[in-house]
Amino acid sequence: MSRIDAARVRVPKAAGHGAGTWIKERVEAIALIPLSLWAFWAAAHLAGAGYQAMVEWLRQPLNAVLLALFVLISVDHMRLGLRVVVEDYIHRPGNKAALLLLNLFVCGLIGALALFAILKVALSGPANTLFGA
Amino acid sequence: MVQLTLPKGSRPTQGKRWKAPEGAKDVREFKVYRYDPENPGNPRWDVYEVPAGDHGPMVLDALIHIKNEIDPTLTFRRSCREGICGSCAMNIDGRNTLACTKGCDELSGDKATIAPLPHMPVVKDLVPDLTLFYAQYASIMPYLKVETPDPEKERLQSPEDRAKLDGLYECILCACCSTSCPSYWWNQEKYLGPAALLQAYRWLADTRDEATEERLDDLEDPFKLYRCHTIMNCAQVCPKGLNPAKAIAETKKMLAEREL
Repeated sequence: MSRIDAARVRVPKAAGHGAGTWIKERVEAIALIPLSLWAFWAAAHLAGAGYQAMVEWLRQPLNAVLLALFVLISVDHMRLGLRVVVEDYIHRPGNKAALLLLNLFVCGLIGALALFAILKVALSGPANTLFGA
Repeated sequence: MVQLTLPKGSRPTQGKRWKAPEGAKDVREFKVYRYDPENPGNPRWDVYEVPAGDHGPMVLDALIHIKNEIDPTLTFRRSCREGICGSCAMNIDGRNTLACTKGCDELSGDKATIAPLPHMPVVKDLVPDLTLFYAQYASIMPYLKVETPDPEKERLQSPEDRAKLDGLYECILCACCSTSCPSYWWNQEKYLGPAALLQAYRWLADTRDEATEERLDDLEDPFKLYRCHTIMNCAQVCPKGLNPAKAIAETKKMLAEREL
């Protein structure tokens, strides 16, 4: 018999947060519209331009800042989205915690590596001094 | 992981075929989910062959005909037979709806599957256990909450303010929407579901109610409210043509405005 015992049914109390995350998801999504369009336009523009041209492009402060924003906001947006996927589908507490941590670390690592690469190129000297070239 | 397949003991097996009399015309086949808690064993699909001329126009008429004339053990809830009580909500032809307002002529063919509302415990045959669903409705405080003393007569409301409740008050709590929502399937212990959230907004939208802050506090939760991912199954299936997803979106807007 699979009936629910009415006396034991509990509707959980509210955690008192959630609106902030909801707003953040939307703000990031709005910011990513122009940033993605710009990033795709830049990628198309630079296709086939070669290593030197790419480095010179990234040494322009505006390009470096916009690219860093694009990467960091994308990665955080991905983290929030994957977090919802884990919360929706993974119900075993240990697995859930492990996957939420993995999500945080992987997204954090991707963001940190990308930011480092952008800064290294943007803040270094001319292209021929990069990477010992 | 969420349970994507039924546990072994809940998987339906092939059941009995109840043949139509020889020479019957316009025979429809109803494949009906059967589960008897008093007889251990898996649920089964029984097939009833029913001549269309033997019963009234609606699917509920066919079910009543089956119960009266073919198989009295078939169990289902029904009461008003006109779409106002919400008792006969079930999954017909793969879609949650009310058996009493679903015409047999609207079925996709002359074969139709009838099952209880999805992803709920089954009490018997087409009767789901809605205990949790009702507890969730009770939890949103579905009544007027006021601080100010009662006026001499009724609490007045302008026609414009009253119009804000249109599309909200008509809900009959049949549970078609909540049990069609994948988010509710996977997280019904934590997510209130579209029906309860539609009613929560019905009281948020009521200009006579004075507990808006308390109501919003009770809803601000990553699971209770924000598990709604705007899948829109609720609005697709609502037999009253309501749109719970819109009410949930309005609630999220109210919470965002409060946060900013």
